[in-house]
Amino acid sequence: MPAFEGQNLACNRAGRRVFAALNFTLPAGGALILRGPNGSGKSSLLRILAGLLTPTEGELRWNGACIKDDPEIFQGNLCYLGHGNAIKTVLTTYENLAFWAKLYPPKSAGAGAADGGFAENDPSAETKSRDLQTLLTQALEHFSLTPLRDVPGRQLSSGQSRRLALARLLTSPAHIWLLDEPSVGLDDVSLKRLESAIAQHRSTGGLVIVATHTPLEMPGAETLALEDFAAPAFEPASLENSW
Amino acid sequence: MHFVEIIKRDLRLALRQRSDAAMIVLFFVLTAALFPFGVGPEANQLAAIAPGVIWVTALLAVLLSLERLFLADYEDGSLELMALSRVPLELTLIAKVLAHWLTTGLPLIAAAPLIAILFNMPSEALPTLIAAMLLGTPTLSLIGSIGAALTLGARRGGILIPLLVLPLYIPTLIFGVSAVDAALGGFPVRPHLMMLGAILLISLVVSPLAGAAGLRQANE
Repeated sequence: MPAFEGQNLACNRAGRRVFAALNFTLPAGGALILRGPNGSGKSSLLRILAGLLTPTEGELRWNGACIKDDPEIFQGNLCYLGHGNAIKTVLTTYENLAFWAKLYPPKSAGAGAADGGFAENDPSAETKSRDLQTLLTQALEHFSLTPLRDVPGRQLSSGQSRRLALARLLTSPAHIWLLDEPSVGLDDVSLKRLESAIAQHRSTGGLVIVATHTPLEMPGAETLALEDFAAPAFEPASLENSW
Repeated sequence: MHFVEIIKRDLRLALRQRSDAAMIVLFFVLTAALFPFGVGPEANQLAAIAPGVIWVTALLAVLLSLERLFLADYEDGSLELMALSRVPLELTLIAKVLAHWLTTGLPLIAAAPLIAILFNMPSEALPTLIAAMLLGTPTLSLIGSIGAALTLGARRGGILIPLLVLPLYIPTLIFGVSAVDAALGGFPVRPHLMMLGAILLISLVVSPLAGAAGLRQANE
């Protein structure tokens, strides 16, 4: 069963048709790579999937239900990594990560709570904060940020900042990862770590949609070439309408 | 819970960038201190203009702080993530405005008695001034958040904010000053304070809705 699908999506930016009639389906555990030249709408598509942008046409379905019917359940289920790393220069690496983990509360480790629901025996606040600390430490460790734990954000290099932004994925409870150029500034070791994080996420039934120019190793990933859906560069009809 | 986390984060950011908040208070005190040089040192005259000077300079000081309300979060992508979290954006906005008020409005209120003394304002009007500012400055932050949100995408947002926001500040200014004037003249201050409270309640409803719509627009 397709877990996540887009039907007949179209996007206009500043009066220009970026892409149209775009369809995709993604099963649980699936991965989708968005390819295409600059300006072909990879970022726009990811922003549409995230709900930051409304598609001009078409609709998105999550587990068979239209997203518009229940946007909150869907939004709680996705983790978006945009161009910005959302790192505050005066907060330390750990503080930066902890804030986002609190805003996107992770599923409490032992409780096995249902999505969006509450565990029957709600763990005490103390256990929760200990769980959160372990989770944050693991996430930092995965992207080799442990030595930088107490370093303020302004001292991080661009690659380190990107790794911190990626560590946020590991603390989020989301099923769907939307990654916009996740590998920008990453060295080879970190790239491998990213691939292993993605593989781990998919093995638990998570979905990944990546826009990237660098080849990322994702076995069984489908590729969507956005230039195939590009609208003709010049459309006399649409020009007429805009007058 | 998340509401508190956002406030805690913004307060921590403000604490680590203390110079920002200090600059606002310094602007408030220094601008007010210029007036005696401009209008002359006549004690009665200074006492008479004190409420107006305090309110106008406080209003300008708040205006000065508005640009940084959302700009940093907008530029580094934090605002997108806040919009995508399960917390309604309206609630996020109220949390950010509350943190803004705690780091600018409250220090201004603390500095206001200093200016009142500087202007030889009779001390019996001081409680009214504080009360009026406690009711009025949150309104300034709330209304300001609309302007700050609307100008996020604009290239010269900092210049647009005063144009959008200043007209909306006028009611607060009028009743803020008239409350203190009433206290100075021995008239009841309650009606003026109630008007300030009413304006605060209205902006508490309108600003989060309008501001959140502006933030969504900026995120597109």
